[in-house]
Amino acid sequence: MSARRTPTPARLVANAAGLVILVVSIFPVYWMISRSFLPRNRIKSDEQAWLPTDGTLANYDRILEGEGFRNALVTSLSVTLMTVGVALLFAFLAAVAVSRFRFRGRRSFILTLLVIQMIPAEGLFISQYKMLEGVSLLNSVFGLTLVYVASVLPFTVWTLRGFVDGVPRELEEAAMMDGCSRVQAFFTVTLPLLAPGLVATGLFGFIQAWNEFTLALVVMTEPAKETLPVWLVGFSESRSRGVDWGAIMAASTLITIPVIVFFLIVQRRMVSGLTAGAVKG
Amino acid sequence: MARRQPAVRRTPLPIGLVLPAAALLALALGYPLGRQVVLSLQEFGLAQQFGRPPEWVGLGNYRELVGDSYLWTVVGRTVAFCFVNAALTMGIGVGIALLMTRMSRWVRIAVQSGLLLTWATPVVAAMIVWQFLFDTDYGVVNAVLTGLGWDYDGHSWLIEPMSFFTIATMIVVWMSVPFVVFTTYAALTQVPDDVVEAAEIDGAGAWQRFVHVVLPTVRPVLLVVLLLQIIWDLRVFTQIYTLQKAGGITRDTNLLGTYIYTLGIKGGDFGTAAAAAMFMLVLTVILTAPYVRVMLRQEED
Repeated sequence: MSARRTPTPARLVANAAGLVILVVSIFPVYWMISRSFLPRNRIKSDEQAWLPTDGTLANYDRILEGEGFRNALVTSLSVTLMTVGVALLFAFLAAVAVSRFRFRGRRSFILTLLVIQMIPAEGLFISQYKMLEGVSLLNSVFGLTLVYVASVLPFTVWTLRGFVDGVPRELEEAAMMDGCSRVQAFFTVTLPLLAPGLVATGLFGFIQAWNEFTLALVVMTEPAKETLPVWLVGFSESRSRGVDWGAIMAASTLITIPVIVFFLIVQRRMVSGLTAGAVKG
Repeated sequence: MARRQPAVRRTPLPIGLVLPAAALLALALGYPLGRQVVLSLQEFGLAQQFGRPPEWVGLGNYRELVGDSYLWTVVGRTVAFCFVNAALTMGIGVGIALLMTRMSRWVRIAVQSGLLLTWATPVVAAMIVWQFLFDTDYGVVNAVLTGLGWDYDGHSWLIEPMSFFTIATMIVVWMSVPFVVFTTYAALTQVPDDVVEAAEIDGAGAWQRFVHVVLPTVRPVLLVVLLLQIIWDLRVFTQIYTLQKAGGITRDTNLLGTYIYTLGIKGGDFGTAAAAAMFMLVLTVILTAPYVRVMLRQEED
């Protein structure tokens, strides 16, 4: 806006405030990562090590060797990958229909998606629990995947539909003039152009399912079936052996890393897409 | 963006394409919704969990809830928490976005990176770290406050409801602000420079330029963001649940979500829990209606 001007008092104040905001926003994350490298006896309240010099990987060793984390990792990965796979496929088909066709029920379908997106998990988890209990799908990755797909589907359809809208129909029509069938034209022309959109939407679904806590807590009641977030909360509360904050921070860091990596990949699209139909964990 | 009208087709193809998604939503959300309505009209407690057929009680569960002053305490608390958090998040978020338009480029990029990191942090990891920061014995907050001369050695932040909700608010706001900043800042950069400059030449002061030029441009975005914040803050569950686990008090800190959970999943009283959940759904639909209207209007353009 006014990048060419020399620093004014207003700019200096804004810059100073910016640095304060920066510190407040990153400090908790910094603390999590730095404490994860400190041995137990250095995480003390009376002598704070602001910088984690002479760090150790012992906390990570303890976490990775523990059965709890590994079990939860397998559960989380299975549920998350299945959720992303099913949601992407179903959402892709629906997005093509909504974007490329005008059909009876289209408007009500869109309206339903918008309303569903706003339904809080707590508003339905009681009866979802009863339903899954009735068909023996409590403590099952399939049961959890079912409710997860339903919760990410509206957003996934909505975003993918934006990507399908972005591919000009003229391209398909040109391919059809050259002798492709409609289906061929779609697969050879439109689909490759949609690849980035599918990746972004899939990553977003991954983040959602990976982070989800409420439904996982309700559906996975057995400790052996917990997902990573539920396991982490339980682990941080198991104070019988004294609080092992170093290990807890190491586990938190491990869970956070894939999310941050994926988030950085999709964030550009999220900022532009979120005000147009949005959901948050 | 002028999109061409999709061709109207009388083929069954689009219905077939929508079918898998629609069927799954009907199964995983539609059926439970119907079931919940039924459940809320039944006496469904522990005896029914062990096989006794549920008994119809009509609106009995609702009457019981509405007559229970605790429900109203929880609802009041939930709405108050929601509005305080949404207001703080909006105020701080818009403030930071406005500051960002005044910052040097490098500071702005640094702030954006920091906020992005905050936004990306999984809610559970964030909860655990904040608990650690405010931990009674190991927390850096107590250590620093004690170091500054106050007596916060061994201070427990979660034992007292007001203090509990202050911590919860800090965490919720910390996690929600980035979304507001990014969307608001994106909207602010859309404000045409020449219009602002023209207003300046015409003698408009900074405040007048903000109120008469900038604000009208970003108002639609702010409105949607505010609605989303209200909807999201109405349903904070994870934050309250994890803090309750760490602090031990539930009755004085329950919000609607944790109350339903305690009633049903923990307490086994599914009938009453279903009625309370219906309450929450209705509250959400009322608050969501304006948002859905805005989105549908965009859809029709």
